[in-house]
Amino acid sequence: MSSMAYSTALDSSPPSGEAVYGRMASEGLDTSHGAILYLDDISVSFDGFKALNKLSLSIDVGELRCVIGPNGAGKTTMMDVITGKTRPDEGTAFFGQTIDLARLSEAQIAQAGIGRKFQKPTIFEQHTVFENLELAMKSDKRVRRTLFARLSSEARDRIAAMLERVGLAGAAERVAGLLSHGQKQWLEIGMLLMQEPRLLLLDEPVAGLSDDETERTAELFLTLAGKHSLVVVEHDMAFIARIARKVTVLHEGSVLAEGPHEQVQADARVIEVYLGR
Amino acid sequence: MTRLFSARGWIALAAFAAALLLVVPVLALVVPQGSALHLSQYWVGLCGKFLCYAIVALAMDLVWGYAGILSLGHGLFFALGGYAMGMYLMRQIGLDGVYHSPLPDFMVFLDWKAYPWYWSFTEHFWYCAALVVLVPGLLAYVFGWFAFRSRIKGVYFAIITQALTYAALLLFFRNDTGFGGNNGFTDFKRILGIPIATPQMRVVLFMLSAGALIGSLLLARWLVSSKFGRVLAAIRDAEPRVMFCGYNTEHYKLFVWTLSAVLCGIAGALYVPQVGIINPSEMSPANSIEIAIWVAVGGRGTLVGALLGAFAVNGAKSFFTQAFPEIWLYFLGLLFVLVTLFLPQGVVGALRLLRRGKPAPAA
Repeated sequence: MSSMAYSTALDSSPPSGEAVYGRMASEGLDTSHGAILYLDDISVSFDGFKALNKLSLSIDVGELRCVIGPNGAGKTTMMDVITGKTRPDEGTAFFGQTIDLARLSEAQIAQAGIGRKFQKPTIFEQHTVFENLELAMKSDKRVRRTLFARLSSEARDRIAAMLERVGLAGAAERVAGLLSHGQKQWLEIGMLLMQEPRLLLLDEPVAGLSDDETERTAELFLTLAGKHSLVVVEHDMAFIARIARKVTVLHEGSVLAEGPHEQVQADARVIEVYLGR
Repeated sequence: MTRLFSARGWIALAAFAAALLLVVPVLALVVPQGSALHLSQYWVGLCGKFLCYAIVALAMDLVWGYAGILSLGHGLFFALGGYAMGMYLMRQIGLDGVYHSPLPDFMVFLDWKAYPWYWSFTEHFWYCAALVVLVPGLLAYVFGWFAFRSRIKGVYFAIITQALTYAALLLFFRNDTGFGGNNGFTDFKRILGIPIATPQMRVVLFMLSAGALIGSLLLARWLVSSKFGRVLAAIRDAEPRVMFCGYNTEHYKLFVWTLSAVLCGIAGALYVPQVGIINPSEMSPANSIEIAIWVAVGGRGTLVGALLGAFAVNGAKSFFTQAFPEIWLYFLGLLFVLVTLFLPQGVVGALRLLRRGKPAPAA
């Protein structure tokens, strides 16, 4: 897959400047400063409730970041801001050096290379597993192209490889709605990967999974880190401990603590608001 | 992976086409009157009308069954197509109206001296044929652009479409609007200079409707079995996921919505010369709701179900209005209640369930 090449290709690619808004080629993403995502002083309020309060965060290329925090800390709102679902009242959100996320629609942000997994597995329940991956696959997603789109054998191979990777090779023609909860979670992850995103946002990816499935998910994420940047929001502390390098704790819409897992776990304020309960 | 039709599907389609395009013309024109097999003008007209309704049902199924957009204003697009054709048919009356004026009777009655500007060129068939497609298409495009951009969906969208068709009804109801007010257009004499009420012309119109229906079915089938169709169904089931996959769902909805309106316009244009009248009642909210009912009865998201629903509901309506004129509405109501209660997937959905058998073999 071409994604293997990008850490080297990036260094040689010149900064692409403003022109990048038009065609969202993720290859054109300028990460020359080492970070793929910058949130700076983001505030969002709903009817007076401050869901995010001057939140600042930056994610490095290839990083696997875990975000934790009690309910209402603003984790999902943060993902909404990054993916264009919610517009920040204040502050800026940049993807790479040049892509201003506040100016793009959800679809454009996805095209630019940010993939998102929802808290509740969101797949196309009436479509087959194969079709789910086909629809998600990186391609020209304009109406006219989609009308006349035909699957190349190379595309079929890529779908087959992904089916293998997410353990659904035997279920390709199964209607996705009939999958088990764990399989749906994995199918959704497979769909994200088909988009070849640079940054993956994963909202509670192991919620409702068995121990065995959780372990396999952890392994998958560890192999993805490096090639992709990952932001994982999770409540399952065992899972966090398994995969975490750097952890960010959100509380009342801003960053309470940030650092290596052990350090955050030992932080008195974190224990007070979250871990202790 | 997804073919246009299975082998059996093609055979069924060919049989359906042959029945409409060969059997009906022969029974109506070749078989002598008085024979038990003769098809009277009444029946040709009635079946032709049903064919037009079936096109509308198909158009509805595309937006509702596949894209999940419930429209309760599709009657408006049908009526606009009908009015565009009606303008041409009014021009074709020529001097044969009641007042022997070059203007339509209703304009003479209003003491108008000339055609208003928007009647310009309507004496040309091809101009009106273009209007049949462009007027519903453009209205749908503009309306859809605003509605989908504002992310209006579900019941709110349905209510706005009801309001839209009702507003149009009130507008067309006014005599000053210049479309014949309450009475609309009627008393057509000719089309392309040929008398319109002859048995031959009726069969020609019937066959055109059949051709349009089969063409629409092929187009719709091609659309829904393409990747585009799979994206539509995905929008219906999980629109946020489709957006986060990088599809601009507004464009998809706008495309299918506009196409659907154009199909309705064509159906309306074929309908008007066959029934001989177009008036604002076609825009009444109840008419548009009925269209949704045809599709619900037949089975959403199946195309065949839409056809079946349009034929079955309208057939039942025709039968009951003749057999039990006082209580036919109750029969119709009962039909809908039964379908809602026992066939939530419509007739086609129920048939599929039956065919799949009781204990599904473990896959």
